[in-house]
Amino acid sequence: MTALLQLDKVSKRFGGLQAVKDLSFEVREGEIVGLIGPNGAGKSTLFNLINGVFAPDTGRITFAGTDITGEKPYRVARSGLSRTHQIVQPLTNMTVLDNCTVGACFGKENLPLARAQVAARDAIAVAGLEDRAHMLAMHLTIAGKKRLELARALAAQPKLLMLDEVLAGLNPTEVEYMIGVIRRIRDRGVTILMIEHLMQAIMSLSDRIVVLNFGQKLAEGLPGEVAQHPQVIEAYLGNPKLAEELQGSSAHV
Amino acid sequence: MLGIFASIIDGVLVGLVYGLAAMGLTLIWGVMDVINLTHGVMIVAGMFALFLLTSALGLNPYVAMLPVLIGGFLVGVALYWISIHRMVGRPPLMSLLSTFAVNLVLIGVGTAVWGTALFNVEVSVPGISMGRYTFPGAHIVAAVLAAVIAAVLYLFLQHTRLGKSVRAVANNREAAELVGIPTTRVLAISVGLGVALAGISGVLIATLFPFTVLSGDGYQLKGFVVTVLGGFGNPVGALLGGVALGLLEGAVTPFVPVSWTLVIEFVLFVLVLIAFPTGIFRSRRGAL
Amino acid sequence: MLSMLRRPFFWIITLAVVAFALAPVYGNDVSLRESLLLDALYITLASNLNLILGYAGYVNFGSIVFFGLGGYICVWLVNSYSWPLAPSLMVAGVCVSALALIFGLGILRLRGAFFALATIGVIEAVQAFVENFTPWGGSAGIYLSSEIFRPLGGPAHALWVIYFMMVAVMGLSLYLSYAIKTSKFGLGLLAIGQNEDAAAILGVPTPLYKALVYSVSAFLPAIAGGLYFFKSAFIQPSDAFDLSLSTEALVVGMLGGQGTVTGVAIGAFLYEELRGYLLTSSTFANFQLVVSGALLLLIVLFFPGGLMGFIYSRFPRTQKVLE
Repeated sequence: MTALLQLDKVSKRFGGLQAVKDLSFEVREGEIVGLIGPNGAGKSTLFNLINGVFAPDTGRITFAGTDITGEKPYRVARSGLSRTHQIVQPLTNMTVLDNCTVGACFGKENLPLARAQVAARDAIAVAGLEDRAHMLAMHLTIAGKKRLELARALAAQPKLLMLDEVLAGLNPTEVEYMIGVIRRIRDRGVTILMIEHLMQAIMSLSDRIVVLNFGQKLAEGLPGEVAQHPQVIEAYLGNPKLAEELQGSSAHV
Repeated sequence: MLGIFASIIDGVLVGLVYGLAAMGLTLIWGVMDVINLTHGVMIVAGMFALFLLTSALGLNPYVAMLPVLIGGFLVGVALYWISIHRMVGRPPLMSLLSTFAVNLVLIGVGTAVWGTALFNVEVSVPGISMGRYTFPGAHIVAAVLAAVIAAVLYLFLQHTRLGKSVRAVANNREAAELVGIPTTRVLAISVGLGVALAGISGVLIATLFPFTVLSGDGYQLKGFVVTVLGGFGNPVGALLGGVALGLLEGAVTPFVPVSWTLVIEFVLFVLVLIAFPTGIFRSRRGAL
Repeated sequence: MLSMLRRPFFWIITLAVVAFALAPVYGNDVSLRESLLLDALYITLASNLNLILGYAGYVNFGSIVFFGLGGYICVWLVNSYSWPLAPSLMVAGVCVSALALIFGLGILRLRGAFFALATIGVIEAVQAFVENFTPWGGSAGIYLSSEIFRPLGGPAHALWVIYFMMVAVMGLSLYLSYAIKTSKFGLGLLAIGQNEDAAAILGVPTPLYKALVYSVSAFLPAIAGGLYFFKSAFIQPSDAFDLSLSTEALVVGMLGGQGTVTGVAIGAFLYEELRGYLLTSSTFANFQLVVSGALLLLIVLFFPGGLMGFIYSRFPRTQKVLE
């Protein structure tokens, strides 16, 4: 398997805060990589660095063989990298279908309007939003908005999909459903990099896990290995319940 | 040598007044992210208030500042309730349009009543001479008063209970609400203060230069430039930004026609904003 | 493009344009023609402003600059180089669009309110330039001789020709608004108007789209400016860059419902008729600004969706037909 996304010693500082420091890892084609770490570990910042919301201070980010370090977000999106947001960002006064059509129009395939609508409907079906396709995005429930984020990113037909806490704030039934959706997306050959706090979910979904703490990589490996890693357990000891959950979930794998 | 020195002093004197003229604009902008497009017309209202108070009641121009201060505050609170209150939490462009609408109404009434004729207010304050140059007394008084007002505003924001509430609301309205600050009242008071400052600066400017109903636009435009130079809601920053602008004007006027100075200032405004698209403000928003 | 012919809204626009063109011809009604010419001008200005205000969500206080510069370029070419009207208009449109593109790439890096403030600066800059530009007569302006109407068959006939051209420009503005709204470009603009950051992350090339729409929205107003000042045979800075016309274009857009094609056109028509009425009544002549200000305030405060927002919410089915 070849590396689709490669980070090489990426660093970012905001004033006095070193958000990300000398971070290197890669995501290979076809895998699901889970990104975990305590709150404030720099996970979302890392997503923003990869898709160009912020430019890294130093380091290199390569996607599908091209250097995308500091590239504008719309160029990154066009090259086949889509993402969702932890805090949902719907185009509020547009319908679900229009939201997804925007994704399809300006995504990797750069589709004309008519074909983009077809792709959008397809993505909406995958996310299970068919019945709400003509609803305005602002009228969706929070779970609906999370699905919209996913559908919109998917409509772009990306090579790499970055999911930022798509399961947060969902009830157990919805979580179950979303996990199914993510699996189906992967089965279509889309590579996935995901941030998640729900340990059980991410441990069972991911092929590999990268653990961040204070902006640095603490550990990397198979879910089972990572969960037993002494430093990871220590990092989570600040939150004993999480640590317990972490170990408990590895038992399931 | 003395010539350069004199033009620097002149730039500082005028600049301090520009800074004062911008202070109300930048205060409101900093506290609630509302760009008050009635600012210019409020400056003009201060000018005409001075004209009426001195010509009809024979008040001393500097005494007239007190009624203008009180009147300006009340007008500002009214402005808040009329055009800003419903806009809080809506897209920022809506408050831009709503204050712009009020501006149109006021300008319309002003031109209908006074036309666009030139008015002026006579003040006699002895100037200070330095060699061949004499600095007009009114300029010196205005500059000193501008600095004093900025200092008072700074102390108010830093050290009084109400001032601290204003800063808290500026930093984070929801959090301020949660700790029990009556945010709506604080916002109304901030707009009142901002408009009172506009009125007072109008009074001081009217003691220096003749004016028309439309004079406010120029000062409002300079206010935008001062705000991005000096930082949002920061009275001392506004003075410094004003002085920078005054010096710049002094430096360019020998070389370009007067009608170009505003253009040069605006190019500066755009360049500063492009150089610091969000950074300069994000870091300074909290500095109020 | 052919698919446009199957859409009912395309035919609604066509019908409106034909009605405009023929109404004064029937009975040779010159005063009706003059009033409809102003309506067509307002509809042109407001529809093009709507491209950037209603679709992309950017307030442009300086839309009048396009109108004024177009007027100047056209009048100057006619006066100094004896160009015929049609090529002068085209050159005016193209030049102003090109200028807008260059300006746009600069100031459109500013977001939201900052862009709006910068557009005020654009008016100041252009006006200062023109007032000091001697080939355009400085602040005195340019007068055209009555000879210029001869190629159009003399003054009386020329006024008809100019009227039909203005109606054509209005029609093109409406088709353009509609075509953009139903295109991929329009979808990208609407996304920018909703949430610019999200749009960029979805892949909308925001700087390019914003600069393009700014430039496109300059073309037809520039031509309308050329026609208008050619008709008056006189142009000076204070008329060409009259801020109140910019303002009225904003008010009209809000009145009708920003982002809609129909609403903006109807808003322009109603506003211009109202203004015509107010100007002739002696009480209100001095209070024109007050009226448009008060109107704008009421709309912003209570009816942010404008006329079409009201109609859509009352009769949801109209949304499918009236864009």
